[in-house]
Amino acid sequence: MAGTSPAMTWVRTKAMIEHIPELVNSDENLVRRGRFLSTTFLMEIGDQGYLVKIIEGRIVSITPGPFVTPNYSFALRAPKDEWEMFWKKVPEPGHNDIFALFKRGKLVIEGDLHPFMANLLYIKDVLAAPRKEAKGERSDAVNGAKR
Amino acid sequence: MSPRFEPITGRYLNMTLLDRPHRLYVEEAGRGIPLLCLHTAGSDGRQYRGLLNDRRVTDNYRVIVFDMPWHGKSSPPEGYQNEEYKLTSRDYVRMILEISAALELDKPVVMGCSIGGRIVLYLAHQHAKQFRAIIGLETAAHVAPYYDVNWLHRGDVHGGEVSAGVVSGLVAPTAPDNHRWETLWHYLQSGPGVFKGDLHFYKVDGDIRDKIDQIDGRTTPLYLLTGEYDYSCTSEGTLDVAKRTGAQATIMKGLGHFPMSEDPPKFIGYLLPMLEKIRNA
Repeated sequence: MAGTSPAMTWVRTKAMIEHIPELVNSDENLVRRGRFLSTTFLMEIGDQGYLVKIIEGRIVSITPGPFVTPNYSFALRAPKDEWEMFWKKVPEPGHNDIFALFKRGKLVIEGDLHPFMANLLYIKDVLAAPRKEAKGERSDAVNGAKR
Repeated sequence: MSPRFEPITGRYLNMTLLDRPHRLYVEEAGRGIPLLCLHTAGSDGRQYRGLLNDRRVTDNYRVIVFDMPWHGKSSPPEGYQNEEYKLTSRDYVRMILEISAALELDKPVVMGCSIGGRIVLYLAHQHAKQFRAIIGLETAAHVAPYYDVNWLHRGDVHGGEVSAGVVSGLVAPTAPDNHRWETLWHYLQSGPGVFKGDLHFYKVDGDIRDKIDQIDGRTTPLYLLTGEYDYSCTSEGTLDVAKRTGAQATIMKGLGHFPMSEDPPKFIGYLLPMLEKIRNA
């Protein structure tokens, strides 16, 4: 992010996160895939936590911390720069999936993993939703990119 | 208009495999040098549909793809309900040799992806002379577990959905949507516990790190192709095998863990020069 201050990127990252409910809820197929999921999970971007509340596949709220006795089923924690790389329109190798982040030891998941694993395709698409609005290709853009 | 059949023949092969009667589904197309293809864990031979349908390949190669027992249209052996499926390196090597013999293949080229890309290292180590050349796709000597595979087979999680969920990120983000979702469909359809049983080989039994230095990738040519987006078998893992065996390795841009299935044209572009070299050797 050359030429962009850390404060600026935070503003942009926060805006992306706040926009996730609209991106998910307007995607009928995604909501249908998650229709049996109602849960709240914690997403930590660096030190900043967000509680993501889902009811029947719709995101009803994303609440930023700090929290007093937060209640959630599972937590996903990764440094801010890892999330930013993950949310690129065409992420670089190693940054394209939360399992890639696990494997590199950059993302920690903990708590009750049942809702996460039982709805994995859905959750992965919820987490990747900001890519829909992200700009820019990879620096060494791959030909024929089409999503 | 005449029916639009693909130039692929699919048949059921009856044979004794690992000392038990089996009914295996085998597809083939083309003529020339036999090219025996091995699919990934928890999937089936449909992954090679692009190759089977590409005349640039089938003009010179007889492409043969079998569904492993428990996978695709191959049934598990009789009595499967009373056992837990767990693939081992010993059984997997025997399976390939026995099927190759049953099909009466004369010095085929063998090409496998992921678990198939691992087992070809065992073939290169123990049985290299039986093959004209060996091609490993997404090959690494070992992959340490990075999630709990018990999630893949339990009553309260849909096995197909979670298997597809686990592997979805291994498809490159640049793969065309139709091929991405075809690739995932094979996982969505997989039998209960089959992907997990294959991963027993991939993550536990099939650790070949201590034998890599004994493989000579030049006597029987060993080629390695790995997609840059594969975080399971990484580029580093492949390049390490290449360095220690003398294999020729290529890292494929814009491809992930399922190159032949997630973007067949792009993959075939990388494969053709190798097939050409093998043919002219």
